[in-house]
Amino acid sequence: MNSHSNDYDYLDGNAAAGELSDIFTMDVTAARGECAHCGAIKRFAEAHVYMQAPGLVARCAVCEHVLLRFVKARQRAFLDLRGLTCLILDTSQLVESGR
Amino acid sequence: MWRVGIVVALHDETATARTITLDVSDWPGHVAGQHVDVRLTASDGYSAVRSYSIASAANTERRVELTVERLPDGEVSPYLTQEIAVGDRLELRGPIGGWFVWRTRQTEPIQLVAGGSGIVPLMAMIRARALAGSTAPFRLLYSVREPEAVFYREELQALSDHAGSVNLTCAYTRVAPKDWPRPPSRIDAALIANTTWPSNLVPTCYVCGPTSFVESVAGFLSSSGNSPDKIRTERFGPTGDRK
Repeated sequence: MNSHSNDYDYLDGNAAAGELSDIFTMDVTAARGECAHCGAIKRFAEAHVYMQAPGLVARCAVCEHVLLRFVKARQRAFLDLRGLTCLILDTSQLVESGR
Repeated sequence: MWRVGIVVALHDETATARTITLDVSDWPGHVAGQHVDVRLTASDGYSAVRSYSIASAANTERRVELTVERLPDGEVSPYLTQEIAVGDRLELRGPIGGWFVWRTRQTEPIQLVAGGSGIVPLMAMIRARALAGSTAPFRLLYSVREPEAVFYREELQALSDHAGSVNLTCAYTRVAPKDWPRPPSRIDAALIANTTWPSNLVPTCYVCGPTSFVESVAGFLSSSGNSPDKIRTERFGPTGDRK
């Protein structure tokens, strides 16, 4: 365990979902993401999210490696997905129209 | 996408928490457990966004209720709990979230665990259950500082004191009512073992509260035999001025 795990200065993927809804039309909290570092496959809602920075950083709840970084500045959005090998979104909600 | 909600009612839940009822004309409906982002913009253009859970069950009137707890050094919550007035407009984004939700088609036992204002999305689930006439077995373990800090007190009491209703356990952390069987203390492994669904019933668990609360409760639930796959969590904290 590294220091991040004990500080409780993180929220979770639920807290990032509003910001990410600018980019993703589908809900990301129920999406399964595979960590590029440890291979864990977890719901994005379970990721540890740090929002104190100018943008937001999502880290793997298992190994704490960065999954995603998202920053908006000067009319541009920067999305870094280097830590996610794959993000599996549920398309059934397209039929449910977001419900 | 930002929508506009008009404040149609205000109700104080406790000395520091207020329920804001909004009329949102283009509201698409929501699922219990979802939240919204609220954006406040100052006259100089500075804006702040915070997330608040929806307290109400989905309804046909396009009404959305948020319960906001005032944080002493908060940037947004003091305005929402002290200054906002009926007729004011609020910018909203949402409904947000598809994981920390309870759908009325779920029939399995449900274990809710709330820490403080973490009760809000769980109350939406309890209200949705009642509104749908669902018989899904619900238990709520509600950790709260003192009796005066309980949100929705009368409604929770009414929803929990007849057969087939929600089983409610309050755990007081600072001050307990007179003759309360358990001295004030945080939720511990014994309380989880004694008051939550046995893990062999395979309940779906929803835990909402500050990050430290969620981490410890999720740990106790897991230790008492619940699979991590069945434990859904939502964390809030001072960093997000949440709830």
